Amino acid sequence: MVARRTPLNEAHRRLGARMVDFVGWDMPVQYSSVIGEHEAVRTAVGLFDVSHMGEIEFSGPGALETANKLITNDLSKAADGQALYAGLLNDQGGFVDDVVAYRFSPERILIVVNASNKDKDFAWMQARAQGVKPVDRSDDFAQIAVQGPKAVGLVQRLTQADLSKIGTYRFTEGQVAGVQCIISRTGYTGEDGFELYCAPGEAEKLWEALLKEGQQDGVKPCGLGARDSLRTEMKFSLYGNDIDDNHTPLEAGLGWICKLDKQGGFIGQDVLVKQKAEGVKRKLVGFELTGSGIPRHGYPILKDGQRVGEVTSGTMGPMVKKPIGIGYVPTGLAAEGSTFDVEIRGRPVPAVVVKTPFWKKS
Amino acid sequence: MAGNIPQNLKYTKEHEWARIEGNRVVVGVTSHAQEALGDVVYVELPKVGASLTAGKQFGVIESTKAVSDLFSPLTGKVVKVNDALTDSPQTINSDPYGAGWIVEVEPSDTKELAGLMDASAYENLLKNS
Repeated sequence: MVARRTPLNEAHRRLGARMVDFVGWDMPVQYSSVIGEHEAVRTAVGLFDVSHMGEIEFSGPGALETANKLITNDLSKAADGQALYAGLLNDQGGFVDDVVAYRFSPERILIVVNASNKDKDFAWMQARAQGVKPVDRSDDFAQIAVQGPKAVGLVQRLTQADLSKIGTYRFTEGQVAGVQCIISRTGYTGEDGFELYCAPGEAEKLWEALLKEGQQDGVKPCGLGARDSLRTEMKFSLYGNDIDDNHTPLEAGLGWICKLDKQGGFIGQDVLVKQKAEGVKRKLVGFELTGSGIPRHGYPILKDGQRVGEVTSGTMGPMVKKPIGIGYVPTGLAAEGSTFDVEIRGRPVPAVVVKTPFWKKS
Repeated sequence: MAGNIPQNLKYTKEHEWARIEGNRVVVGVTSHAQEALGDVVYVELPKVGASLTAGKQFGVIESTKAVSDLFSPLTGKVVKVNDALTDSPQTINSDPYGAGWIVEVEPSDTKELAGLMDASAYENLLKNS
């Protein structure tokens, strides 16, 4: 199967990006260096092509009510122009996906889903939506994430919209570099910044304008490698690694995106209510290795030589400069300061549970 | 891209280099290898005194995204390891043929070295891969 290409594919190749197949998409993993791109986002500003993400829209009378029953968070309590991080859950309370739901108005809701799950999510929504039918709008949007301490200044110089009025997880619509965009103060790096949604045919114009204007800020195009290390340093979950069908939001530490008292409820709610009452048996924790090595997805977590859990994500944190990881452990081992071993190539390496996010601005 | 391939070294198909220095051989990974790996963040080194076997794994090199085995170009005993890589594994990226060396080996059979590729053979391998 030929990998799908975003509208920025040629631009990435011109910039010398190393391209990889990512869930059926031909995407840049890095341009120069993962660590260099990571540092650019933490200290200046980085651009990510995230056009592979999916967008599913509910529009017309009843859009809010229909969409709200599908997600764990509560759009009825959100304002127009607000975005909410949320889960789509199966009947067992496990994740179908994690999403960001945009409330334009009670009659227009846009749900942004992971690229790897788009078809699954759309079919799942089609089967369960009671009222308005979802429309797959993924081909109508390109998306560029502008992230870092200099991101707001950069985007502000390219738009007449007053960005100081757009708080975190708020959005507006307007032109950036002459391109009509949804300007959303969201991201996946732990830095301030925007995710800009535009028509695919305009994406390259927007990308080039951001690169050119951002030169004075030290802007760098960034690949999926830096996106992964940045989100790991923040302990942001990645679907397929840290969250999946078999883990609930309560186990993943994402209870805050589940409004258990929501009017009308959501799929999987009853399971979460029960799990909350009984207490979870395992939790997703962040840890540092105190021995040498790097934790990787799938490595066993051991306590007294017995396998008790599994690493879901891990890396050498470029800013914290330590081997850090995320993994599920029994609740009794989840407190800060708890110790266990991570098995790396047959060798038990000591680790300690630490407070997350791993990295915080000083 | 063939990249930087010094003439005075021998090479393996797994992208290690070997430099003969008297009765010892210094081993590292090639510029092509470090480029393909990306940012090196960890190197698992053998201990001094460890026995290496030609073609067999003797260590691990990890970049931000990948874990790769290191294969020995020759059979022999490790007489020195580059401990500086523990704190500065990125030296492999910045100076793969110099400060980024990995181990120094006393070969048990110097004839084995004749079986390694010279620079032009290694360049051909890269061109055809």
